[in-house]
Amino acid sequence: MPIALVDCNNFYVSCERVFNPKLEGKPVVVLSNNDGCAVARSNEVKALGVKMGEPWFKMEKLAKQHGIIALSSNYTLYGDMSARVMSILSEFSDQQEVYSVDECFLGLNGFAPEDLVEHGQKILRAVRKQTGIPVCVGIADTKTLSKLANHCAKKGFAGSDGVCDFGRLSEVQLSKLFSSIPVGEIWGVGRQIGSKLAVMGIETVEALRRADPEYIRQQFSVVVERTVKELNGIPCIELEEAGTPRQQIMVSRSFGQPVTTIEDLSESVAYFATTAATKLRKDGSVASSLCVFVRTNPFKEKEAQYQRSVVVPLSQPSADTAKIVSAALAGLKQVFRAGFRYKKSGVLLLGLQGKDTVQADLFDQPMDQAKSEARMKIMDQINQKMGKGAITIAATGVKQRWAMRRERKSPNYTSDWHELLEVD
Amino acid sequence: MNTSAPFPVIKPVVGSPPVLLPLFGNQVPAGFPSPADDYLERRLSLDEHLVPNKNSTFLVRARGNSMVGAGIFDGDLMVVDKGLNAQPGDIVVAVVDGEFTVKYLSLLNGVFCLKPANPRFQTIEFKEGQELEIWGVVTSTIKQFRR
Repeated sequence: MPIALVDCNNFYVSCERVFNPKLEGKPVVVLSNNDGCAVARSNEVKALGVKMGEPWFKMEKLAKQHGIIALSSNYTLYGDMSARVMSILSEFSDQQEVYSVDECFLGLNGFAPEDLVEHGQKILRAVRKQTGIPVCVGIADTKTLSKLANHCAKKGFAGSDGVCDFGRLSEVQLSKLFSSIPVGEIWGVGRQIGSKLAVMGIETVEALRRADPEYIRQQFSVVVERTVKELNGIPCIELEEAGTPRQQIMVSRSFGQPVTTIEDLSESVAYFATTAATKLRKDGSVASSLCVFVRTNPFKEKEAQYQRSVVVPLSQPSADTAKIVSAALAGLKQVFRAGFRYKKSGVLLLGLQGKDTVQADLFDQPMDQAKSEARMKIMDQINQKMGKGAITIAATGVKQRWAMRRERKSPNYTSDWHELLEVD
Repeated sequence: MNTSAPFPVIKPVVGSPPVLLPLFGNQVPAGFPSPADDYLERRLSLDEHLVPNKNSTFLVRARGNSMVGAGIFDGDLMVVDKGLNAQPGDIVVAVVDGEFTVKYLSLLNGVFCLKPANPRFQTIEFKEGQELEIWGVVTSTIKQFRR
């Protein structure tokens, strides 16, 4: 079955441009939390040589020279735009694997090979028209190849107009194309494997495709062997369709400024636990334990370093914010040591299962469970209506001194009544 | 002691994963079902009425007075569908030289232009090479008189 990989172009930058057309054609970079590093770059910024993950302070001079516009990341906006894109894409196939915020695989069963490019064009036009987000489509027989086809579509290597179907290329054309692409561009081939392959003389996609899978398995692992097979059009990695519930939920952030007291840390941990519990309920799951972690800033080498985590089991699998917050705070008390400047904390919910499969606890009354669920439902409803954090556990704090620095964030155009786009 | 039991003994299987079964702890109210249940229909939804295309619809706040003749006043909420193909006569949100504007999409001697609904404003015409981008079509406005 042919598989399409649909990937949004410079997604975060594209989201910003939908609501701010002045950014069109200008060099734009989106910075990570706390305005630290580049997490998205417009083509103009890429052309200036700014690398992914480059810290803002390193490009400030270049930015002044070329008028680079830097924006704080607005994950609320990107999340909503992503949901819209994925929902539109789901109409094009009943087999969809949302791979990340800005890309997804689609199974293209039942299309004649000669119709695939046109179908890809339809996908591209629908997303562009309905959301304003430009995408590229790569089509091939395996997930690894469709990722590569997408790369080619983006770079305009094969075919034009943002759609690349490897099925349209002859063996000679493919071989020539693959010889021009570095092996590091392949999905799953990271820097480490890439440099080891290079030492072995395997520097291009074509070279890895021609390598002996058996030999590759001996040198690396089954995973890389699978990659070789996938490059040869043998599907080894299946589509993981939606509905597979998450195995764990992680909520953590770096702080806007270092935090030293357990009071401030508690606020952050309670806040992350609250957010995680909300996500948990959205999935219809419960957690059986959680992990709390804290750490100092490893980049401040002169400061004393500390990091610790602890797993706290819950007496009964739960999605109740109050229970999860108090377990998280109990965990924090165990890992907290005074005298450090903390940079990050986080909460990880573990052992997730559907809430209907939970076995009753001898000491937990079923009615308590029902009451807790009712309480949480009301809390979620109010927060959805009045905005996130309208009702919360008091432990999350009011001042939130640890909150992120986001000085150049765009408005929440699609999620806040007070921040809508204004047009005259 | 008799070692062979007169009946089959079922021993627990050691090491097998537990089978989790749902527990129905809720009370089930007994009594007659309401006869009205058979006539229940879904309540009307303003959301569905105003927003048939959720993925492509955005809410935008109107500013200024250029469209008062069309009933769009400063502060009104506009429902804008990006997915629709704009036709002459539609009220559109357009992008002109990087700026948003809401106007009637109109044809003047076979060329598209943007017409205000207020005589105090001028029609925006486009010369060769100038680009008119339609961002979305305004499908309705929402006015609230009291909250």
